[in-house]
Amino acid sequence: MQLDAKIPAGSLTEKWDNYRENQKLVNPANKRKFKVIVVGTGLAGASAAATLAELGYQVDCFCFHDTPRRAHSIAAQGGINAAKNYQNDGDSIWRLFYDTVKGGDFRSREANVYRLAQVSNNIIDQCVAQGVPFAREYGGTLANRSFGGAQVSRTFYARGQTGQQLLLGAYSALCRQIGLGAVKMHARHEMLDLVVVDGFACGVIVRNLFNGDIERYSAHAVVLATGGYSNVFYLSTNAKACNVTAAYRAFKKGALFANPCYTQIHPTCIPAHGPQQAKLTLMSESLRNDGRIWVPKKAGDKRKPMDIPEDERDYYLERKYPSFGNLAPRDISSRSARDVCNEGRGVGETGRGVYLDFRDAIQRLGEDVIRQRYGNLFQMYQKITAEDPYKTPMRIYPAPHYTMGGLWVDYELMSNLPGLFVIGEANFSDHGANRLGASALMQGLADGYFILPYTITNFFASVKPPLVSVNHEEFNKAETVVKDKIKRLLSIRGNQPSRMFHRELGKLMRDYCGMARNEAGLKKCLQEIPAIREEFWKHAIIPATNEQLNITLERAGRVADHLEFAELMCYDALDRDESCGAHFREEHQTAEGEAVRNDADYCYVSAWEFKGVGEPPVLHKESLQYESVQLAVRSYK
Amino acid sequence: MDFTLHVWRQPGPKAEGKMATYPVKDISPDSSFFEMMDMVNYHLLVKGEEPIALDYDCLEGICGNCSLMINGIAHGPEPGTTTCQLHMRSFKDGDHIYVEPWRAKAFPVIRDLVVDRSAFDRILQAGGFVSVNTGGAPDANAIPISKEEADLSMDAAQCIGCGACVASCKNASAMLFVGAKVAQFAHLPQGKAERTRRVLQMIEVMDKEGFGNCTNFHECEAVCPKEISVEFISEMNREYLRASIVSK
Amino acid sequence: MSAAEKFWISSIGRKILMAVTGVLLLLFIFGHMVGNLQIFIGAEALNRYAAFLQGLGELLWVIRFGLLVVFVVHIILSIQLTLENRSARPIKYRCEDTVQASLASRTMIWTGLLVLGFIILHILHFTMGVLQPEIFHEMHTKEPPDVYSIVVMGFQNIGFASFYILLMICLGFHVSHAIMSACETLGLNHSKYHPTVTKLSVILGWVIAVGYIVVPLSVLVGLVNLPAGGM
Repeated sequence: MQLDAKIPAGSLTEKWDNYRENQKLVNPANKRKFKVIVVGTGLAGASAAATLAELGYQVDCFCFHDTPRRAHSIAAQGGINAAKNYQNDGDSIWRLFYDTVKGGDFRSREANVYRLAQVSNNIIDQCVAQGVPFAREYGGTLANRSFGGAQVSRTFYARGQTGQQLLLGAYSALCRQIGLGAVKMHARHEMLDLVVVDGFACGVIVRNLFNGDIERYSAHAVVLATGGYSNVFYLSTNAKACNVTAAYRAFKKGALFANPCYTQIHPTCIPAHGPQQAKLTLMSESLRNDGRIWVPKKAGDKRKPMDIPEDERDYYLERKYPSFGNLAPRDISSRSARDVCNEGRGVGETGRGVYLDFRDAIQRLGEDVIRQRYGNLFQMYQKITAEDPYKTPMRIYPAPHYTMGGLWVDYELMSNLPGLFVIGEANFSDHGANRLGASALMQGLADGYFILPYTITNFFASVKPPLVSVNHEEFNKAETVVKDKIKRLLSIRGNQPSRMFHRELGKLMRDYCGMARNEAGLKKCLQEIPAIREEFWKHAIIPATNEQLNITLERAGRVADHLEFAELMCYDALDRDESCGAHFREEHQTAEGEAVRNDADYCYVSAWEFKGVGEPPVLHKESLQYESVQLAVRSYK
Repeated sequence: MDFTLHVWRQPGPKAEGKMATYPVKDISPDSSFFEMMDMVNYHLLVKGEEPIALDYDCLEGICGNCSLMINGIAHGPEPGTTTCQLHMRSFKDGDHIYVEPWRAKAFPVIRDLVVDRSAFDRILQAGGFVSVNTGGAPDANAIPISKEEADLSMDAAQCIGCGACVASCKNASAMLFVGAKVAQFAHLPQGKAERTRRVLQMIEVMDKEGFGNCTNFHECEAVCPKEISVEFISEMNREYLRASIVSK
Repeated sequence: MSAAEKFWISSIGRKILMAVTGVLLLLFIFGHMVGNLQIFIGAEALNRYAAFLQGLGELLWVIRFGLLVVFVVHIILSIQLTLENRSARPIKYRCEDTVQASLASRTMIWTGLLVLGFIILHILHFTMGVLQPEIFHEMHTKEPPDVYSIVVMGFQNIGFASFYILLMICLGFHVSHAIMSACETLGLNHSKYHPTVTKLSVILGWVIAVGYIVVPLSVLVGLVNLPAGGM
């Protein structure tokens, strides 16, 4: 299969303009003849559904929550990047682009990232116009803060709830279109399959979670905005319901899955407390602006943090990366934390934790300023741990957080299946091997507000896709597959809840396909995953009602998909025999433990094709061409 | 820690419901309330019984998906906390804990502890937005907004739409929820253009959905996980009065 | 329906109407209390005041009619809103707790209905003279009518006096939430001033209660007596 990214001609700075100048348009009267299905209502999905409806398309929008506003984008705390250069500190579109490419360890598509940086400014304008209450200075202008992996202050924020405010902004735009009748919203509907006819994505099979009905919807295009797959690790910062099902089912229907091994481990999370733990809680990375990260110099030092004198503390990030210090990118910070804990210098009861200390910042700025900046985060920390971070340092530890990998898309955000568009975290396109802080919100909204509406229009105008009847044979087939799977799940008569298998899978993946990977570990994973899967299908226990809300069944279905998908991640991690960004292969590191990239052999996107459950997937490579930037060793020293 | 749990069980929207009692043993005080509920459900499943249906998702107190009336208080005993951030250390060993769904005509029970809060969506669909299409927005710094006003707007905008205000209000009134949204836009120049239309339409839908009226109990404010002030209800009243006077 | 028409049937519109009628009633209650307190100046002052009110003629009926309308609106709305509020939660909680809603706020309808019952009795007693007809008619034969003696003799009856005292406590309770509540409903709630308004509301509630109670109490304990030699 030849992968064509369809990158427009021209210099990097002109590509997006060229695209828009040359794209085909649909006239307003014809727009309402096109139907679009949008699955997912996070930043990407809600913004896309609203914008497409504003343009005049007929939109059917699906989410499995009780309301679109619950999507997990809401939990993003820190902020959103834009190259506004309001702070006059040397920022520019080019610099945002370059930081993102470099942060992604030169494994992202140059043209996509440049476009992202270009539209970043429009996003801020749009959100302000929607009434998003960003933080402001006394003079009435917008405030900015700095964030990991950047040397400029380009992050816009709304207290520690930026994701919430941006999502509510997109949700309000969506609400408006629902109220106008332009979007038909289907809440508590979960997509369980993609329908493909003659190679075109033309509909979805969904399960109505209220009553278990399997429903069919067809459209001229299907947009997946279904987020990432961090929950493959069981314990992650993602919400409990986040899952890979929609993307994975599309993969099974022929869409290629790109770079599944690029998973980001976020450095600042609250450490796990014990086996009953259901989920890990993220503390915004913005905390690293004022907090200093350290561990005791001596291994096994069990003194209280405040009793450890200054010269017996190791501020290891400041020591190892003097120019970025505590703001080193996420993968580097996470690995460093893991390393010091492996040396036995970790803190807290489990020994898996490092201190994030605000003592100096409180002395310098006063408690009030710190409270203003991080009050809600401190409060959240205190609620969870019953410790007061104003008085004693926080304990943090890395946790799976974001997945850079996703369904393969071209420059138009369309997958290899015509008519299937993938946006937001669900696609792979912009972050390469590692994502910088405050870039996920930017990408989700860029895709939904400013990119997809153009490219989908071009698709409609130039390809003129068919509208397939929901009675088509392929719909029948897909529905049968979905129903059979549910029947099979409901018929397992085991004695273990599905989350036990999920937990087992998660532990395996965290140990061998997490922050660091090696060949032996990955091979072990590939051996053990099928065994867990088999156990699941024999011993899971699911109550047998299908006619009304059955949350256990919903979760079991998602676990079943994670159990298949995990293998794909391991195949990809095994294939990528280099260290890059968040993908750290222990075989490839310097004597000091820094990642060693291999540009000669691995400067490509790995796009995998499904060949059957338990069968090795087939690799297709999209080679990455860097025309405007020099591949450099990523150094934050 | 050990507890005795009294939980509302209702198999479906139209079915009869009743309280059921479950003993819970060996819970870590550091467990969250839902981790404890997971244990209960685990034992129910293993015994071949239906697990208790409940909503929760982010476990960070921000998605607004979780609910639960715990010992008669929405989101339980800790102020400014959602149920998903409630930890068992807030209870005493041996406590009886009563768990019920949100109760309101506008929030019908779907199953057990899960209620339908789509009435909130319909209120927002009537006016909880600024009518601005994507594209063509002026530069974000074109209109200065004083920090004080932006902060007030943010105070109101923090609402997570969980419905605790309705659940705790003796009248099942939604005015804190609606007031917060009205006030968010009332403090921003971007919201001014359609302030009249917005408040009139939102209140009309709110009334139609069957919520009660505000009698200034302030119970909503006390249980709101984001501690949103009842001041915003007054602000909404003002906006509504103004809108009723000036509109044609 | 125009926005103005919708206003009168909307939740907030009726709340505002409750608040406005409440404020008017409060003014009346306050005025009435000040009038009552003249009893401490002496029989002549109180009787002169009563005669002045009687002397208003048609205007008195206008005021009475106005008051009646305000009362009726306030009462009908309160009953209607309460029934609506009840029906907004058809299934009650098995276990219900209260964090910060005050007792006064939660019992408004009951204190209100008690006060209504009181007002009816009060009118029958002092305005129409149905309850103690002999005293009432005897004193009304005088010129000016000896209202002072009616009041004193009325409250020398321990049953009437304690009934008045109890009901005025209800009124105080009602008013202590009412003022603050009316301010909030009318949109007068600012974090800078509202704590003071809340306190004043409670204080004023009890000022009114005490202002009313002090009359029957003084009669009961003998601080206020019939004029020497009787009238």
